[in-house]
Amino acid sequence: MVIGLQHYLILSAILFSIGLYGVLAKRNAVIILMCIELMLNAVNITLVAFSRYVVPAMLTGQVFAIFVIVVAAAEAAVGLAIILAIYRGFEDIDVSKIDLLKW
Amino acid sequence: MIPHQMVWLIFLLPLFSFVIIAFVVRPLVRPESRIAGYITIAAIGGSLALSIWALFSVMAAPHHEIPVPDITWVVIEDGVTIHLGLIMDSLTAVMLIVVTVVSLMVQIYSQGYMHGDPGYHRYYAFMSLFTMSMLGLVLADNLVFMFVFWEMVGLCSYFLIGFWFHKPSAADAAKKAFIVTRLGDFGFLAGILLLYLNTGTFDIHELHELAITGVLAGTVLTWAAIGIFAGAVGKSAQFPLHVWLPDAMEGPTPVSALIHAATMVAAGVFLVARMFPLFQHSTEALTTVAIIGGITAIFAASMGLVMNDIKRVLAYSTISQLGYMMLGLGTGGVAIGIFHLFNHAFFKALLFLGAGSVNHATGTFDMRLMGGLRKYMPWTYVTFVIASLSIAGIWPLSGFWSKDEVVISAFASQPVLFYLAMITVFMTAFYMFRAVFMTFGGEYRGGAPDAHGHGGQESHHGQPHESPRVMTIPLIILAVLSIFSGLWNVTGHFGAFMGHGETHGFLEGLFHPFTLSLPWISLILAGLGILLAYAMYSKFWISAERVGGMFKPLHTLFYRKYWFDELYENIIVKNALFRGLFGGFEQFDNKAVDGAVNGVANGVIASGRAIRYAQTGQLQLYGLFMGIGILAIIFVIYFFG
Repeated sequence: MVIGLQHYLILSAILFSIGLYGVLAKRNAVIILMCIELMLNAVNITLVAFSRYVVPAMLTGQVFAIFVIVVAAAEAAVGLAIILAIYRGFEDIDVSKIDLLKW
Repeated sequence: MIPHQMVWLIFLLPLFSFVIIAFVVRPLVRPESRIAGYITIAAIGGSLALSIWALFSVMAAPHHEIPVPDITWVVIEDGVTIHLGLIMDSLTAVMLIVVTVVSLMVQIYSQGYMHGDPGYHRYYAFMSLFTMSMLGLVLADNLVFMFVFWEMVGLCSYFLIGFWFHKPSAADAAKKAFIVTRLGDFGFLAGILLLYLNTGTFDIHELHELAITGVLAGTVLTWAAIGIFAGAVGKSAQFPLHVWLPDAMEGPTPVSALIHAATMVAAGVFLVARMFPLFQHSTEALTTVAIIGGITAIFAASMGLVMNDIKRVLAYSTISQLGYMMLGLGTGGVAIGIFHLFNHAFFKALLFLGAGSVNHATGTFDMRLMGGLRKYMPWTYVTFVIASLSIAGIWPLSGFWSKDEVVISAFASQPVLFYLAMITVFMTAFYMFRAVFMTFGGEYRGGAPDAHGHGGQESHHGQPHESPRVMTIPLIILAVLSIFSGLWNVTGHFGAFMGHGETHGFLEGLFHPFTLSLPWISLILAGLGILLAYAMYSKFWISAERVGGMFKPLHTLFYRKYWFDELYENIIVKNALFRGLFGGFEQFDNKAVDGAVNGVANGVIASGRAIRYAQTGQLQLYGLFMGIGILAIIFVIYFFG
């Protein structure tokens, strides 16, 4: 079996779906943050795969992936800081209990 | 032959005097000055001289008509053109004489009557404007032009009825006159528009031609004629729009004489005469005119029988006589109706000016407080009696000639209305001489209890005295006219001038009525009326109270004016209009219009209240919906894109 583009894309889709499920279904804010990382990395796989198979001469996809990793690192830092602040206020990080922004 | 510039000048002269008085004299000259009166008298005197010139020119002209060139007034796109033009025919010439003579007499009289009133300049300004509008109305050659003047005389009438606007009764009467006549004017305007839609012209001559040749016929003609007649009903205070005229007596008496007796109220009769070919070719319309006229004549006369205010007696008498004119038009034609208008203008103006003279002396219009003025006011007495004899239709005064023609023509075509007219002859003689005996007969009963005249009048204590010469001379001139104006048609010349009838010798015509039975009957009825008034109010052989008691329900019916004011005010205005129609509009406004506006807002609030529960504050739920949304978009693009 030759590993082709669609295999990478299927892997990426599975990873993305797992991440999306986690974001929507998990209650723990830290796990949600981790699932977001999962989704971002699924996107990275796609970018690199397209770059490798569609335009092999150019490194745009790889460069884009590095940017995404940088942003993801920053996002994890800010996100954890927010979770920490919420924990100080609510003494809990269950997102279903953080519902002040409603009617 | 009168040059056409002079014809224009007839109605422009009073306009100049209005402008001068309103914009120069009134701001600059103190109110005691008599200058405004002199300007008005000079302007109207000029109009009178030109009118006489015009009358003789018209008499000499072929077909009794002088062409006057048109001026283009309004051009609306192409094809719709409204001309400013004047008619100078026999009808206009006669009306010009009526308006200018009565107006001139009234203006001279007002120099005495209105002197010292704080609104003296305003009075003359409006009188000039009124005279100008009235002259314009009779000269106008198309319906739009005429309608403008028609409204302007109504406006001047409003101003002058409410001349003493500080009195609530005068202000109310002015509004009542304006609003009630407006009802009729609506019909007039509708008639004009109906004619325009069907013929494409406003020109009176062209409309005459179309009616005569039969192009304009059938229901359109009938409805247009009835619409025009509705305007005449309002303006001429015919049943059922008569209610404004008695109240209009709140204005100064010379105003009543000019506007509400001689000229403006006769404008309705003039209008029907002007559009007569239209009525002539619609039997229904002509019959309507005759029936309304006949009913009004007896209906108003019956109320005149019991009034105690001398001006109100005269007001009902005016309505009744206008009814005669309509009856004359409806049964006999232009010449008969207009001849009565012509004679009536002089004797009725005289009666009103006489009543004003009496008021000047006693400070009241209530006849129960007068009496015995014969001794103190000989000129007023003599002229008032002449006018009363004339209106009662006593041979050979003017009223006899015109009223007789009306009665004869009614006999020929409308027998029922003829009997009503005959009863009215009796009533007219009775109420006029009731007024004469109550005012001038017996002993003086003291005048106004608080010795306080209306408006700006001085108070009068002690003996009443004759009015100054500036007031009695117009009375005398009008009395002369009341005696002789009827002689114009003794020879049949008035009828011939108006376009039908044949002429004959003067003496033959003068005694001709005695060869017929109808004039004898009406003379006897008038004589009986005078005799009854003499018996009841001069000799007291018959007690007026006893008679009133015997016919209590009738007396109350007449005295309360058939409850027409109550009918209109309480039932129609307050209930049918305020509660019913306007109440319905109010409900519609409150419920439907406000309901729609508030309903939209409430709907938004309610839907917001319902769907805000979707905002759970659960971020993950929002995310879920976003995900579903994106999936939906992808699905749509994939399958339908």
